[in-house]
Amino acid sequence: MSTDITVTFTLNEARVSIETSPGRRVLDLLRGDLGLTAAKEGCGSGECGACSILVDGVAKLSCLMLVAQLEGREVVTAEGLGTVEHPHPIQQAFAQHGAVQCGYCTPGMTIASAELLARTSSPDRAQVREAISGNLCRCTGYVKIVDAVMAAAGAARGEDS
Amino acid sequence: MSAGVFCPSSLDELWPLLEDGATVMAGGTDLLARRRGKAPDFVACLERLGGLYGVSEDAGLIRLGACETHTRLLQSPLVRERLPALASALSVLGSPLVRNMGTLGGNIVTASPAGDTLAPLYALDAQVELASKQGKRRIPLAGFITGPGRVELQPGEIVSAVIVSPPDASALQHFEKVGRRKALAISVVSLAAVIRMESGGVVTDARLALGSVGPTIVRCPGAEALLAGRRLERETLLAVGQLIREEIAPIDDLRASAAYRRDVAGNLLLRLAP
Repeated sequence: MSTDITVTFTLNEARVSIETSPGRRVLDLLRGDLGLTAAKEGCGSGECGACSILVDGVAKLSCLMLVAQLEGREVVTAEGLGTVEHPHPIQQAFAQHGAVQCGYCTPGMTIASAELLARTSSPDRAQVREAISGNLCRCTGYVKIVDAVMAAAGAARGEDS
Repeated sequence: MSAGVFCPSSLDELWPLLEDGATVMAGGTDLLARRRGKAPDFVACLERLGGLYGVSEDAGLIRLGACETHTRLLQSPLVRERLPALASALSVLGSPLVRNMGTLGGNIVTASPAGDTLAPLYALDAQVELASKQGKRRIPLAGFITGPGRVELQPGEIVSAVIVSPPDASALQHFEKVGRRKALAISVVSLAAVIRMESGGVVTDARLALGSVGPTIVRCPGAEALLAGRRLERETLLAVGQLIREEIAPIDDLRASAAYRRDVAGNLLLRLAP
């Protein structure tokens, strides 16, 4: 059995230092130890994207990351994108456009979309579809999600949605 | 036997871990997916080894650091402009999330017959650079991979880079993958081609590599020889495609039948017609 280590990283802009086993999945640390349940376990093997988080600004699968890899990194979960009072433009647009149905894929979808908008302020629909292609949704048919991301991009550019 | 997960920041810190039997992990998208996220007891992560990063050109050779992720390679102008067949394969590998994590070295060591980067690297006659405590050595990728999941990696050795001699800009570089869906699909058949031509369009040298049609990526020397000296015309490509069907040895599996793979493999060549 591996000995516990202390991992220190930034989580949603707060510094976190936690003693835990280094071989645990990041997803389990977030949900089980830190009470952040936005990231979900869908497939547990990298195919559904429900567990997505941003690590140093890059969207990654927390079901395929080990706790030891977090040392010194900057992690943002869907909870860190925005708050109920001040939602991220993506979160606001998802709510407005009915892009949320059962909600299970939503945190991962917002992470993938936020990463896209950080990279590209004016994506076209094909780029949005590409960006969320690693995130499975079984309710919306994706159209409303793409609508929402396009609207969020427009809003960020100061256009009316 | 040690236990734990270690992320050494220098090769000097890595070698003792390998001597003690650590499982090497690069992006983790194959290793951890196979184990459904459960880590082996003793892991050495390569992600903090600066020497395994970078894309550079020196003395006419392009060096691709083994720990570069597929996303970062796709963003590299050298890869996009000089190795478009590889860029094309990278753009359809897994999903954006998988490309953000998975690495070139990992794709090679996983040694799947369907590994998306492998067919273009075979067609480009890529070499792998292997590093150990004793130093570095270089061998052709095609000799390094010996079967599904089997590579000629000696104990204490890691893949440190891929070395490619980029074809002239006039050469045709092509990659196409046929899968069951667009994202996250394991290829049913893939074809990578690097074809050099005289200014008149006569092929001087053709390299054809196919994925998912045998235990490793398969080059088709007979088909390559038949293309040499000819133009990329439909009649020629039909004949060469037929030869490809004879040179490959696909299997039936849950994604496709052997007969379907044979058909598609030959047909994919027709895309090379101008």
